Amino acid sequence: MTLVIFAVLLWVLGFGLNVMLANGPARDTGAVRLAVPLIFGLTILGMWELIVRGMQVSTVILPPPSLIAASFAENLSTLWGDFVQTILKGALSGYIFGCGAAFLTALLVDRSDYLRRGLLPLGNFMAALPIVGTAPILVMWFGFGWQSKAAVVVLMVYFPMLVNTVAGLSETTAMQRDLMRTYAATWGQTLWTLRLPAALPFVFNGLKICSTLALIGAIVAEFFGSPTLGLGFRISTSIGQLDLGMVWSAILVSALSGTAFYGLVALAERRMTFWHASHRGDR
Amino acid sequence: MAEASDPGTRANAGGWPRWLRLPPVLGMVLALMAIWYVAVVPMNVKEVLTAAERAGVEVSPPSAVDRRDMGNWALVFRNTHALGNSWSSDRPKLPAPHQVLVELYDSTIDEELNGRRGIVRSGTLSNRSLVYHAMVTLNATFLGFLIGALLGVGLAVGIVHSRVMDMSVMPWAIVSQTIPIVALAPMIIVVLYSIGVQGLIPKAVISAYLSFFPVVVGMVKGLRSPDAMQMDLMRTYSAPTASVLTKLRLPSSIPYLFASLKIAIAASLVGAIVGELPVQKGGLGARMLAGSYYGQTAQIWAALLVAAALAALLVYAIAALERRTLRRMGMMP
Repeated sequence: MTLVIFAVLLWVLGFGLNVMLANGPARDTGAVRLAVPLIFGLTILGMWELIVRGMQVSTVILPPPSLIAASFAENLSTLWGDFVQTILKGALSGYIFGCGAAFLTALLVDRSDYLRRGLLPLGNFMAALPIVGTAPILVMWFGFGWQSKAAVVVLMVYFPMLVNTVAGLSETTAMQRDLMRTYAATWGQTLWTLRLPAALPFVFNGLKICSTLALIGAIVAEFFGSPTLGLGFRISTSIGQLDLGMVWSAILVSALSGTAFYGLVALAERRMTFWHASHRGDR
Repeated sequence: MAEASDPGTRANAGGWPRWLRLPPVLGMVLALMAIWYVAVVPMNVKEVLTAAERAGVEVSPPSAVDRRDMGNWALVFRNTHALGNSWSSDRPKLPAPHQVLVELYDSTIDEELNGRRGIVRSGTLSNRSLVYHAMVTLNATFLGFLIGALLGVGLAVGIVHSRVMDMSVMPWAIVSQTIPIVALAPMIIVVLYSIGVQGLIPKAVISAYLSFFPVVVGMVKGLRSPDAMQMDLMRTYSAPTASVLTKLRLPSSIPYLFASLKIAIAASLVGAIVGELPVQKGGLGARMLAGSYYGQTAQIWAALLVAAALAALLVYAIAALERRTLRRMGMMP
């Protein structure tokens, strides 16, 4: 019971510190902006550990963070193999191929008004559909290897990316396009110097949405059949063995790679669209 | 709407042949159907040729082993005479659209009206019909959507009013969405099962997790949308925070709320379907997995179509609610 009281104390301490930092004199500095969420996260982790130990929760229900960390460190090589199989081979290749195909389709669609008015509502509709459901079909077609996972990812990322790119390409105003016409710019020049840069915020929005979708697609597809490695495979088999430390380690890997993936795209966005209103403020 | 689309139609009318000038969406759907029908032939060619060979038709490489290593298109062109059954084979790799529609009819209307366990003979929905499975999925979707939306609005109100919450919770809410939640789906179900919770709740938890984030983001934007002038007016009335919330912030956040609810309900449906994969106790997700185990592709496609229709229906329902509410509030003509 004392551990639970410690947990409450820790919460009061962590949250009090955050209140002080967030309303203190240094509230707008970068260090505080970074420190506050970190303190919040660490407080939650500490409380998790203390409460699980204090209430003697069975590790089958919720293992304490220390046990997950130990299991993670022990199985590094297995988890690395899973990471390569699911994230690098399945998700990343599908992501690149799907987003690339969607981008090229968007350029094509953009040239024809008919295609745009036909494909855009359809694409919007498809983007809202549970495309995850095609996973069993694609696993049946492409086999258990990473190719079927990449195929699921391609289907999942294609429509959100298409819709966003097409929306971005129609972002320029008539005035800007007229200016390009007075310069006698060709279609390619207009695209390269005016419309692609204007579309970049939308393209990156699509890329960010798709980065999460890609991981989801790759992992879910593994539930329908996979070789004996991969994060989805690891999660479903470790649950069968009630090896919850391993399950949580696999989840940790997917969470870390998901965050890193998203972070990389966000970083590239910040580099390439520094001129956009949403980034100018925080320099 | 009519004025907005008018110039486009006029500018475009000359360039296209008459039959393509139907509403463009219809044209695209027809084109997709055509591609589907064509794709069925090479996808199923091996099974069809094997069946044709058994029926006594001459097939170009006579041994099935040779055919296995050949490309699908090559087989199609060498055996154009033997492909008659491509669109009606029993266990196709890719069923033709009409086969999916037949399966859809069989497993909804026909099963309920004429089946032994259908609603007409037994008084309850048949557990072999897609109507029953769709209801199971819908229940979880609604419950999860409700939890997610309430949680999202609550968090957003907290974030707007407390600087500490804004700084500490918001980054983690973003990180939570980069975690592929479905990785957690079997996990959540096992954990909740071991403490005696099963059935609807675990699926709803996954739905809620997927649907709360769009609501948080949209509502934070919406609650902050009143401009400085309006906030200043409230201050001159010396209005307490609660009145500012109920009389200014909440009403002006309604358009944002509906925009995010439309995203949230679609996400919630995906969550419910994924949540049904590990527990085989009914629902569209369970139906898809069963179809994939037994090679019943038409069954998977039919379940997918129902899921698609459900998603469209749910989003449409929210959009209708949005129109009515905004019209009542005078924000929309």
